[in-house]
Amino acid sequence: MHTNSLYQEVILDHNRKPRNYGKLDHANHQAVGHNPLCGDRLDITLQLENDQITDIAFQGESCAICKASASMMTAAVKGKSRLDAETLIHEFRELATGKLDTTHPHHLGRLTVFSGIRDLPTRVKCAILPWHTLHAALNSVASTSTEANHDSAHAVSSKS
Amino acid sequence: MNSATNSLEPEIASNFDAEKIRADFPILKLKIDGKPLVYLDNAASSQMPQQVIDRLVRYQTTQHANINRAVHYLSEVATMEYHNARCKLQQFVNAREDREVIFTSGTTDSINLVMHGYGRKFIKAGDEIILTTLEHHSNIVPWQMLANEKGAKIRVVPVNGKGELEVNEYEKLFNERTKFVGLIHVSNALGTINPIKHMIDFAHQHGVPVLIDGAQAAPHIVIDVQALDCDFYAFSAHKLCGPTGVGILYGKAALLESMQPFKGGGDMIASVTFEETLYNTIPHKFEAGTPPIAAAIGFGAAIDYLTAIGIEPIAAYELSLLNYATECLNDIPGLTIIGTAEEKTAVLSFTLDGIHPHDIGTILNQDGIAIRTGHHCAQPVMQRFNVPATSRASFAFYNKKTEVDALVSGIKNVQKVFL
Ligand SMILES: Cc1ncc(COP(=O)(O)O)c(C=O)c1O
Repeated sequence: MHTNSLYQEVILDHNRKPRNYGKLDHANHQAVGHNPLCGDRLDITLQLENDQITDIAFQGESCAICKASASMMTAAVKGKSRLDAETLIHEFRELATGKLDTTHPHHLGRLTVFSGIRDLPTRVKCAILPWHTLHAALNSVASTSTEANHDSAHAVSSKS
Repeated sequence: MNSATNSLEPEIASNFDAEKIRADFPILKLKIDGKPLVYLDNAASSQMPQQVIDRLVRYQTTQHANINRAVHYLSEVATMEYHNARCKLQQFVNAREDREVIFTSGTTDSINLVMHGYGRKFIKAGDEIILTTLEHHSNIVPWQMLANEKGAKIRVVPVNGKGELEVNEYEKLFNERTKFVGLIHVSNALGTINPIKHMIDFAHQHGVPVLIDGAQAAPHIVIDVQALDCDFYAFSAHKLCGPTGVGILYGKAALLESMQPFKGGGDMIASVTFEETLYNTIPHKFEAGTPPIAAAIGFGAAIDYLTAIGIEPIAAYELSLLNYATECLNDIPGLTIIGTAEEKTAVLSFTLDGIHPHDIGTILNQDGIAIRTGHHCAQPVMQRFNVPATSRASFAFYNKKTEVDALVSGIKNVQKVFL
């Protein structure tokens, strides 16, 4: 694939003017996501009322792909039920890893601009990090990582 | 040595025939998405010339058998060629004896060998190990594992704003508890060449042995382990136009003999009963199991190739590329070069205002330009300069000025995309 098709105007626009950027004071769910391979970090705060996401925000240090993905994600899940959000999380992961059959009905809408990421394996995690972190927040996991297993060597090196 | 290289630079750099050299590297003819490959990720791994590829083919087609074990023809040839490769490495680093050169799987393996063989035997609770902020993770994590196991302590030499080690601070770290120094010769993240000779001498005044991580130095600087008087020196073949999966550890014979083995198995023993094992002599004591024979022989061929061109002319030519690239990149608004040491190899780490390195790397790739983005396995360096990551272009002697120009227009294109 040609990378130009990834850095499309939609993605560049969300990178320039991220939606829902910041931190909610009244959040009752939150999580921090890390991508240890590139040092990126993303905070998600959200308000869940009667299983509905009434408000959500993100902030962090990341590349354009990750930031645009987070921005579009927050716009997509705001007002949705927890279950609908989990469906989107699942579908987005499938899309980014090239497993989603887009000819079948799905709920991603404009988020399909990220379909090109499947051809850039090193960047897939950048796009997925916000979704991963949202999943953690919804399930009350405070911290998550794109590299799931933290072994003791990790612990050793992060201590000092 | 560096000032000598500098004074030779103009003459050698202009005589250096990069086009002729490029013809030796088949991979440089590749097109990526229709664009000629511009390979600027040499600090991660360099490319292999046809001469080394041919040597691997010749070994595999006419000389392969296991070594040190059988009396048949092929085993004798393979054993001899493997030994020849060791001797080439011995000469390359000017070691006193060939048994001071141990084949490992690479720099990381070499450092782990020293940690297990020397560190676990001689370092005790309360002892201190000195490392520097510039270390690659491979010269940090093994020592952290050891420190945790033994209750030893790691002390870290800081760097200044140019990415140079603060040698005064290094000297202040020494006390009676200091038992080991691990020191990177050339920073992979910034290109800084460290004053290791002085630092080794200083450590020796305190009776402390020094391990040099030479992974980024060996391709660009003439290594003389006797002149340096270092106790250990480690590097990998794949950064020297050789194969992956092999590297060396140079160690002073007396030290290697005093150490415990790292891995147990075949070839590292003199005799085995279930009651006890007598270990083989060095270097075999540290080469358990069938080694990477083909890769070691390819490593020898790579050393032949590089020494035929000459490390000094290579360094002088690369310095001319570095100076040109530094000038061009400094002219790009919004670009900051991280690592501006007086003494540098041809590595340019940089950031672009408002643009994440991964986006830079992905868009440059679209123009066939290969650079490295991320923390370069040197997170303490990134923390020192307050950046999560950088983009890094690293040059080899087969790169040319027009490739620097391609990088510059690639970077300008990245800025246009994000305008
Ligand atoms: C300075 C330095 N040390 C150690 C290493 C590790 O080398 P290897 O991965 O070949 O073991 C590298 C290579 O990335 C390096 O640049």
